[in-house]
Amino acid sequence: MLIFIARRLGQMLLIMIVVTIILFTIFEFNKMNVAGQVLGPYTTEEQRQLWLEQQGYMEPAVGRYFEWVWGVLQGDFGYSHQLRVPVNEVLWDRLRMTAILGFWLFALMIPLALLFGVLSGIKEGSLRDRVISIGAVGTTSVPEFASATFLTAIFVFWLGWLPGTSGMYDGWDTRQIILPVLVLLLYGGGYVVRMTRASMAEVMNSQYIRTAILKGLPYRKVILKHALRNALIAPFTVIMLQLNYLLSGVIVVEVFFAYRGFGTLLLDAALFGDIFVIQACTLVAVFVAVLSYFLSDIGYMFLNPRIRVS
Amino acid sequence: MAEPPVLEARNLSISYYTRAGEIPAVIDFSVEVHAGETIGIVGESGCGKSTVAMAIMQHMGTNGAIVGGQVLYKGRDMAEMSQEELRKTRGSEIAMIYQEPFASLNPSLKIRQQLMEIPLTHEGASESEARDRALQILRDVQLPDPERVMEAFPHQLSGGQQQRVVIAMGLLANASLLVLDEPTTALDVTVEAGIIKLIGDISRRFGTAQIYISHNLGLIRETCDRVFVMYSGEVVEEGSIDQLFRNPRHPYTHGLFGCIASPSMDKNATPLKPIRGQLPLPHERPPGCNFGPRCDFFKAGRCDQDTIPHRRVDEQRGHYARCVRIEEIKHDQAESKPEQKDPLTLGEVVLKIDRMQKYYPVYNNSIPAILRGERVRHVKANESLTFNARRAETVAIVGESGCGKSTFAKVLMGLETATGGSIKLEDTEIAYQPVRKRPPDRISALQMVFQNPFDTLNPSHRVGPQIGRVIQRFTNARSQDRIRDKVFELLDIVKLPRDFYYRRPRQLSGGQKQRVGIARAFAGNPAMVVADEPVSALDVSVAAAVTELLMDIQREHHTTLLFISHDLSTVRYLSDSVVVMYLGWIMERGTTDEVFSPPYNPYTEALLSAVPIADPNIQKREILLEGNLPSVMAPPKGCPFSTRCPHRIGEICDNEPPPEREVSPGHTITCHIPIEELKRAKPVFEYHEPASESVG
Amino acid sequence: MSDNPTATASARPSRIMGFLRSIALLRESWFGMIGAAIVLFWVLMAILAPLLPLYDPLDASVRLVPPGGEAFDGGTHWLGTDNRGRDVLSRVIWGSQRVMVWAMLAILCAYAVGITMGVLAGYLGGLVDDVVSFFANILLSFPVLVLYVLIIAFLGASGVNIVIAVTFTTAPIVMRIVRGLIMDLRTRDYVAAAQTRGESSLYIMFVELLPNARGPLIVDVCLRFGYTVVAIATLSFLGLGLPPPEPDWGMMINEAVELGAHAGHVMLAPAAALSSLILGFNMMADGLREISLRD
Repeated sequence: MLIFIARRLGQMLLIMIVVTIILFTIFEFNKMNVAGQVLGPYTTEEQRQLWLEQQGYMEPAVGRYFEWVWGVLQGDFGYSHQLRVPVNEVLWDRLRMTAILGFWLFALMIPLALLFGVLSGIKEGSLRDRVISIGAVGTTSVPEFASATFLTAIFVFWLGWLPGTSGMYDGWDTRQIILPVLVLLLYGGGYVVRMTRASMAEVMNSQYIRTAILKGLPYRKVILKHALRNALIAPFTVIMLQLNYLLSGVIVVEVFFAYRGFGTLLLDAALFGDIFVIQACTLVAVFVAVLSYFLSDIGYMFLNPRIRVS
Repeated sequence: MAEPPVLEARNLSISYYTRAGEIPAVIDFSVEVHAGETIGIVGESGCGKSTVAMAIMQHMGTNGAIVGGQVLYKGRDMAEMSQEELRKTRGSEIAMIYQEPFASLNPSLKIRQQLMEIPLTHEGASESEARDRALQILRDVQLPDPERVMEAFPHQLSGGQQQRVVIAMGLLANASLLVLDEPTTALDVTVEAGIIKLIGDISRRFGTAQIYISHNLGLIRETCDRVFVMYSGEVVEEGSIDQLFRNPRHPYTHGLFGCIASPSMDKNATPLKPIRGQLPLPHERPPGCNFGPRCDFFKAGRCDQDTIPHRRVDEQRGHYARCVRIEEIKHDQAESKPEQKDPLTLGEVVLKIDRMQKYYPVYNNSIPAILRGERVRHVKANESLTFNARRAETVAIVGESGCGKSTFAKVLMGLETATGGSIKLEDTEIAYQPVRKRPPDRISALQMVFQNPFDTLNPSHRVGPQIGRVIQRFTNARSQDRIRDKVFELLDIVKLPRDFYYRRPRQLSGGQKQRVGIARAFAGNPAMVVADEPVSALDVSVAAAVTELLMDIQREHHTTLLFISHDLSTVRYLSDSVVVMYLGWIMERGTTDEVFSPPYNPYTEALLSAVPIADPNIQKREILLEGNLPSVMAPPKGCPFSTRCPHRIGEICDNEPPPEREVSPGHTITCHIPIEELKRAKPVFEYHEPASESVG
Repeated sequence: MSDNPTATASARPSRIMGFLRSIALLRESWFGMIGAAIVLFWVLMAILAPLLPLYDPLDASVRLVPPGGEAFDGGTHWLGTDNRGRDVLSRVIWGSQRVMVWAMLAILCAYAVGITMGVLAGYLGGLVDDVVSFFANILLSFPVLVLYVLIIAFLGASGVNIVIAVTFTTAPIVMRIVRGLIMDLRTRDYVAAAQTRGESSLYIMFVELLPNARGPLIVDVCLRFGYTVVAIATLSFLGLGLPPPEPDWGMMINEAVELGAHAGHVMLAPAAALSSLILGFNMMADGLREISLRD
């Protein structure tokens, strides 16, 4: 058990190291463009060269790599050439905003999606199952920026209930976070519903559920004691992996609603070529993703006695 | 008659509803089960026997339904029970024992929880009462260390232990009726024998009525009072054990017995008589008698009219058969004496195996194991195997799961390489050559027939090209037409129509696939063929035909056949010499007659005794083994059989590997007990001539 | 053992017929049928775009005509025009062609790489598997869109680069699926049969094993094609996609969002088109999966 955790941690570390190397190398091949972005399109080759030297970007790569990694480990992600501030000053704030978005999403998605998934999977092929399944296929078929479009059309243009952008320039405004959460909820939630349903339906068709029914147990007990415990193992993993998806979906949603979170930061940096911000954001994103894989593996082990005790 | 039967089914008909429409699974099934009685339902796959079990439990799933007739439990129609009444009846009055123990147990609940909920639900027992009851029943089914089993999850138990738990679960409620659906199919014979005995003892003690469902006629004969033979959804014959086994009257029942090898039979003197054709699919049943198209006594105009009534046989009480010509058919006269086949003369030694050894390394990366320096351990799959096979000889390797017979086949075929000793195929050493390193003529000289018919052919390719590929590789035929002609010839040999060339494997039945597998193995004209349980997955009537086919081709080509099996009856029937394996060791080897008669290795003796015998003329000496097969990972230190051996003579068995002793040239027994002493054992089987009439 | 009456002798049907028949199986799932119909509709739109009586998708007319409004030449802009006066209906239909062509190329590329890697890793195992799986794990540890953004940000936005980006993000997933399927299939007896007649690894991998993995892969292609269309549209929406001015669903939404309420119709049309296409793929995949589980 401990060995397993240690090995997974080792793998995580290895992946993170490889990712830092990749990020650093990409930048190395792209130095000139970065200089061009910072200095403007009408600068000469020599001016850019000079700028790179001034910034210390022409020192030997290996040394700078370790310098950069060392900085990152201490929480120093470098300097944003676009915003002209240290990356730290924007990054944590933006991450906080995204975390708020994520919190509300998960707080709503987990209970709702599991409930609908279980209700749907209890009796495969029933009317209730059909309705929920089709609904879930529907919501997972609409990409985030398309559902954002529809919801905006309804709630902003037509009903006029909600604001169409979520920039929150005048401080926190709960009304502005409703649409972003709703968009993410539709897509991600639909996915969890489908997974939960499949898992539940499989369990309900299993022989051990037949055993439980033919033991003469009350139906409620068959579901609560025998079925749920097994059926919820798979969705747990899926929910943890949603963290990874969330980081993708969040970029789109934040851009659509001009929500000032981590996603808009990354996109703006990518469009500008703001190297340290891109690196910082990617590192954070990969870290969260890898961590969620790790947690999902560990959680799976705890939930599943077949793996836990052996 | 004051007491109604425990269970009565009256003209029960059950259908499944599929895309293709309504499919009748069971037609007109009637049965009465009285207290203390054991009813057997026997039939081949798809005959509807498991559907009957589910109908008795009133659990038909989403697409099945009872479309006619009634099921009465103690005189009450179960269809009229409310959901609540039904729930109270299930599990407490009628209990069921399932065939796949692992799938039937909830993987994330402890055995304790799964057992205790029965008394908790049905009897309102207190926690501690329920616990005591559960512990007691685990002791009753002879599980070692019941306290530990209570706290275990299903996956922590072995297959035999899981099956005992499932049985305990069925017995826990003290039900009046126990439905057993192939309860021992997944188990090894020596374990099966113990469990059958256990179920019998316990139900006798409580006077429980039983419905025992199985495909194994031998097992039914040894456990039941009355038997129902089902074919394609209908009961074709019913009667007491004696009536049915001594005087089977329906052509199907009679045919079934002709398909089963019994220890008194011999492949040359009395070959098996397979039933031709195959089971009709449920939606393609013929008019009239379902067995008609396969029946030797079929009379057009009579057997294909209307429905065939289920009628009493010879005015005998309780003996019925569903056949219109029952009075006219005289099986003993109709029977042409089976054509005798000439025994083959054995040729020179083809395969010579000398102290072959195969160890697998197993890596254990846990910290304690690394600290103790036990990171790498070895699974001793094959320990010093020595035996020869001669041209045209059939050598059988028998043993239960984990005995190393499949590993041996892999090494022989070059899918694995040996870790010691030598294997010489026609004087070429092949023990250390993986198949890709072997010269082409060595590869073509040694081919294999595989166990699982559903796996043996590649579902993506047509039948013809799959055989053709072998011809292309191993013979000098190059042109497409030449290869196709050769494939046609092979299809003729395995008695399949030539248009099977263009078929997909999924269009073939199990038996047909196995025939193609045989054609493929013999396509390159091999000197030797390894057949790994080639018929164990097939129904008896089909298996007999495939076995005979294999024998016939061997006879023609003088091929050496290495027949790997766990079925001793078949082995006895078709092999010239036998190798008995247990946990990687050869326990005994010799000619078939030598192995099947004293002196026995104690394991051989127990194995023979465990085989269920369908032939009522054979008397069997009962030897029951205790406990389960040890794990291959942790075999006993001395003799592998020491933990279960009824003749264990002391410390020496536990601590020292047994010596291989020669009884006569070619017959060896690996045991600490001196040969002289082993010679005193009585034969396991004794054959009694039937008193009056002779029955196959 | 006699002839099986169900299966009649048939002449050799071609592979294409076999494929068509497996698609034809869809008729047994109405759900899948609807999906296939939607997909077919868009494929036809994409192919027939040049033949349909549409306004030129690039020609400017009156700006922001509402749906059904009159065009300068007396015709009708059924879905109105955008802020540069271009016909929305025409842009949506031409957009389908663009997104599908690139999605197809990208999927082909990603599957070629993914299948090859997956078969190698799954059958050979050992070091090959370790190396391939390690690189797949690295790529999979990036959130998908982050990887897209990263690749496009450094390679630049162009069709070819989108194909590359899709290959990087999708091939590891395909590889994992194929690897799993192959690891399961390689224990089958027919593989052992091929090995015992001394077939080469290459033959076993691509002749014996791969054809048997096609069932789940067909389902996956449907899903993955949908995801790829979404990815391409999303990149355009983010301003990292195919370069303008050619019509593109993601870009149309992006441009319209900035205009707010006046351009509601410009925004809804491509969003509806995209959603319906993805819905079609998802339903088709569900239908196919349902059928494949049945037999």
